[in-house]
Amino acid sequence: MTPIDGVLLGQSPSVVNLGLEVFAIEVEAAGATVIHVDWRPPAGGPAVAALLARLED
Amino acid sequence: MPVRAVVRRSAYRDSMVLMRVAEAVRALAGVREAAALMGTPANHELLASAGLATDDSKDAAPGDLVIAVLADTDSAAEAGLAEAERVLAERRVSREGAGRARPRTLDAALRQMPDANLAAISVPGEYAAFEAQRALRRGLHVFLFSDNVTLEDEIALKRLAVERGLLCMGPDCGTAYIGGVGLGFANVVPRGRVGCVAASGTGLQAVVSRLAVLGEGVSHAIGVGGRDLSAEVGGAMTLPALEALAADATTEIIVVIGKPPAPEVVPRLEAAIGRIAKPVIVCCLGARPAGSGAGRWVSTLEDAAELAVATLRGQTWSPRVFTDAADVRARLSRARVPRGTILGLYTGGTLAHEAGLVLEPLVGAGAYRLVDLGADEFTRGRPHPMLDPEARAARVRQAGGSSDVGVLLLDLVLGRAVHPDPATPLAAAVREARHAAAASGRALNIVASVVGTDGDPQDLRRQTETLEAAGVEVLPSNAQAARFAALLLRPDLDRALLGS
Repeated sequence: MTPIDGVLLGQSPSVVNLGLEVFAIEVEAAGATVIHVDWRPPAGGPAVAALLARLED
Repeated sequence: MPVRAVVRRSAYRDSMVLMRVAEAVRALAGVREAAALMGTPANHELLASAGLATDDSKDAAPGDLVIAVLADTDSAAEAGLAEAERVLAERRVSREGAGRARPRTLDAALRQMPDANLAAISVPGEYAAFEAQRALRRGLHVFLFSDNVTLEDEIALKRLAVERGLLCMGPDCGTAYIGGVGLGFANVVPRGRVGCVAASGTGLQAVVSRLAVLGEGVSHAIGVGGRDLSAEVGGAMTLPALEALAADATTEIIVVIGKPPAPEVVPRLEAAIGRIAKPVIVCCLGARPAGSGAGRWVSTLEDAAELAVATLRGQTWSPRVFTDAADVRARLSRARVPRGTILGLYTGGTLAHEAGLVLEPLVGAGAYRLVDLGADEFTRGRPHPMLDPEARAARVRQAGGSSDVGVLLLDLVLGRAVHPDPATPLAAAVREARHAAAASGRALNIVASVVGTDGDPQDLRRQTETLEAAGVEVLPSNAQAARFAALLLRPDLDRALLGS
């Protein structure tokens, strides 16, 4: 088991937010850096998303 | 009555934004019903059953956004559509624009913010594993709020995370705090010296809120998701998270929060705790230690927070049944003894589980029923009840007409990202339920607890007062609320619970 990279716990997180925009607003309100992704489901649905993920392997 | 609908092609918006749009349109004069939904097959059925389907809406695809308004007049319907457009156009995150296109993928976001170190993922469950895998491969820690992720995917994601020394918090991780920054449903709490490893969102929220009330703060709270201590996942994230907090200089004491681990995982958990030089408190609701002596095990979320504070301050501690027994007696004296059973309608799964553990030995299994409205089966394709209070409000109203319900037991969970004023719709539903029960000559007692802090945007005191004004008995914790519900049903328990 590789120990968890402790750097994250030593600093404020820099967050990429995918999904509910309200969570990006929250992170920003807490004073951290955040970028919100205008995420949308891939055309073709979950099957295509699975295929894309496998291609990245 | 006119129905108007518009379809915006390839215009995905998240369920929370869509709920806000529908709420805003419904609030307009002359609007009877409104919906803002993606054009999935299930949503087409919803539109049809609500009388909101039109020729325009019927060919919307799953990636298309449908806005539909049922109104008294054409002009009211038009006004509704215009209001929907206005709310959809609101942009509330400041770090965008400034001449830059809003990123549409994780990789595009990383080009704009190459120093990112954590991905917060709350996309629909069927896509969540792919996005989480992508984030881990890019070297990001992951906070995975999404539920409806398969066990197989969870195991694979956590394996990948562990290989790379990364956190995979979730799936189904409601809350976490990293470096004082809350992720997901997070109460506003001070930074401090208590580190948490938590399977659940609301269990963690209850503990950190109680810590805040007692004057202590949180270093980090690492969420792991509700299945982490199952036999299949085997504590894959709990164990490295414990090690990380053990090594973290700001953490002086560690609290483990969750449901009972699988029996085969308990020895591993105890061994990991035994290696930690800092005090560790374990609140795995319903579990007992195997006997290694590692960690101090407590029975309720409230006890976990109080023992942590006492330990930090070098004080002795023993669990309490009620914070204020005299107050409980006063509440009992003004209550009508109910007939029927206890119905718990919860937005927090761990809070529901804890209530069951309190109630079972007091009133017996047949005398209560608990519903976790945040469970996967209730949240598929719709917002969590902590975001959208309407699903529970409908059930509260229904309980008013159920002759077998004598006590309603509720939670109310505050925090950032949660509904801005959950007490108001709940109180309105409670009033309706009480009227309905009274009209049929029944006593319906309503008991609740509120998870929150003075720093939360909803204002803990105002939320509590709103519930109390509707006749809700608000107790200081979920465990105390469950005990009070038991006392209402079984006044003969007073000797056992109140010592009189």
